[in-house]
Amino acid sequence: MREITYTEALREGLREEMELDASVFLLGEDIAGYGGAFGVTRGLIDKFGAERVINTPISEGSFVGAAVGASLVGSRPVVELMFMDFIALASDQLVNHAAKLHYVFGDQAKCPLVVRAVGGAGRCYGPTHSQSLEAWFVHTPGIKVVAPSTPADAKGLLKTAIRDNNPVLFMEHKLLYNERGPVPRIADPIPLGKARVVAKGEDLTIVAYSAMAMESEKAVIELHEHGLSAELIDLRSLCPMDIDSIVESVKKTGRLMVVEEGHRTAGVGAEVACRVFEEAYDYLDAPIRRVASVDVPISASPPLEQALLPSCEKIVTAALELIGTD
Amino acid sequence: MGEKNKLLDYYRTMLLIRFFEEKVEDLFRRGAIKGTSHPATGQEACAVGACAALGKKDYVTSTHRGHGHMIARGGDPSKIMAELFGKESGYSRGRGGSQLMADFQLGFLGSNGITGGGLPLATGVALSAKLRHTRRVVACFFGDGASNQGTFHESLNMASLWKLPVIYICENNLYAMSTNIKNSMAVKNVAERAAAYAMEGVRVDGNDVLAVHDAVHMARVKAKKGDGPSLIECATYRLSGHSRGDPRKYRTAAEEKEWEAKEPIKHLRKLLLKKKYMTGKESTAIRKEARQIIAEAVKFSKRSKFPDESTLTEGLFA
Ligand SMILES: Cc1ncc(C[n+]2csc(CCOP(=O)(O)OP(=O)(O)O)c2C)c(N)n1
Ligand SMILES: [Mg+2]
Repeated sequence: MREITYTEALREGLREEMELDASVFLLGEDIAGYGGAFGVTRGLIDKFGAERVINTPISEGSFVGAAVGASLVGSRPVVELMFMDFIALASDQLVNHAAKLHYVFGDQAKCPLVVRAVGGAGRCYGPTHSQSLEAWFVHTPGIKVVAPSTPADAKGLLKTAIRDNNPVLFMEHKLLYNERGPVPRIADPIPLGKARVVAKGEDLTIVAYSAMAMESEKAVIELHEHGLSAELIDLRSLCPMDIDSIVESVKKTGRLMVVEEGHRTAGVGAEVACRVFEEAYDYLDAPIRRVASVDVPISASPPLEQALLPSCEKIVTAALELIGTD
Repeated sequence: MGEKNKLLDYYRTMLLIRFFEEKVEDLFRRGAIKGTSHPATGQEACAVGACAALGKKDYVTSTHRGHGHMIARGGDPSKIMAELFGKESGYSRGRGGSQLMADFQLGFLGSNGITGGGLPLATGVALSAKLRHTRRVVACFFGDGASNQGTFHESLNMASLWKLPVIYICENNLYAMSTNIKNSMAVKNVAERAAAYAMEGVRVDGNDVLAVHDAVHMARVKAKKGDGPSLIECATYRLSGHSRGDPRKYRTAAEEKEWEAKEPIKHLRKLLLKKKYMTGKESTAIRKEARQIIAEAVKFSKRSKFPDESTLTEGLFA
């Protein structure tokens, strides 16, 4: 199969959905001629014109809100947030509006809206351009949260997110944009809420998503050298979350580790751990482990940034400790 | 200080900013520093003119393009540079990087990575200054792009309503990243926006250090009298890309050329020579001196240590 980058896969997904459905349009800062800060929308303006690839002023609160409004009456906006950190400025429109309207107003109100947000650290961009804030939205009933780790998932999940009749936060990771991988030319949408088993294993289950799924994949290979077989599950979507697949795996391995780039406290890992505890307590042979970012702002300084982020090495160390605990 | 010394001082500081930013771009190109940075090249007159009009005890809030503001406020180029290197000796111990530095002793309350994020902070600083009867004034720098944030509009309204001692200084360099103001603002000039908040809004040549100085000076006098905030729009242009690696395809060569001809340092140099405040030789010496300061800053940064991992969790709470 041909290989393309995560960026190209996203662009293909956008292009195909825009071709299929005239109600899909793009909104964001510098997404038209410039093609977005990370180049995802490059060239789409030439194909679809300025009416469907719309540059916005720097007004996150209101252009995300405008997308919510447009979605209520028949449009399917896809908004780009240049950095996920800026979702803080738009969170009212997502949390107090988009997430609530269908539940409260019933079937008359639907918000088929996608917010593409560029998250993640690793490039020394400092405290306000490196965060992974997805847990805030997993905590908010009424918003779906998707975080692909491969080019194929990026395309397939983006297509599904655009077709979904609900607000979807679609987290892209800046370190993944240049990653290459096989992507079918005619890609089917990938259902939300279905995890992907990346590697089969017997000794422990590692659950991860986004860039940490890639990092965990490296860790799985290293663990093999230590004679351990880890099962790696890429969550792909955090809401809905595929707890069944995780529980099924834990029933087999008896050990669970959750890896995420967000901060440790009240993060996605806490939720996964608790759900497994509730549903598979009897099968656990060891305490559940979390590998996550240290609970401090993300430093620009390279050694501090590396020190606070999870990494292959930290995953391996934690896995070895976990296996040693029984 | 007489006019001569004042102008020479401006010239020195503007050159310092220019050379600092050129060196930073060079260091990025060579991979000596990581992350990103937004050079103030071409906008030196805004920072220097405005800061020259402030008092020692006044406050300044800045933006993502803040190295120049900091240098103009008397910040130490070595500590700014060390911050870009991610070193412990940097202004934020390497934690903040290019977009997050402060020197509270100088009243410099921080650069800011969130476009428009500084406006409410400046407004609150002015509120406190007023409540504490300090007669201090706040200078709040921001860009044309930031004036499209709700924070701009909400802040100006509150500041005007409460007659706060704050000077909103917009550096209108025509672009927010790749977006020309024609495609982001419904009005032509940022200064017009003041009218919506019953505030005075003026537009000055942001490449003329004296024009900027005079406008800020007048706004400061007004603020100190208790007559409230002002909005000053400084028309300027960044000669560099938005940040590192920006190919600037959204601008024409003709436009860049036009603004290069109007760039502020050349302008001031001509004035200094014409007024015979400086000879060509003296100009060369000043340039050399500025370059030396920057070279020192790089040396200092390279010599400095990275923060120790053990410090990672220090200082989350006061
Ligand atoms: C809330 C927020 N949105 C977007 C950005 C990304 N960004 C950084 S600087 C910038 C342009 C700012 O334009 P302007 O205010 O005119 O300042 P200039 O860069 O021209 O100095 C953008 C879009 C950001 N840092 N923060
Ligand atoms: Mg600008």
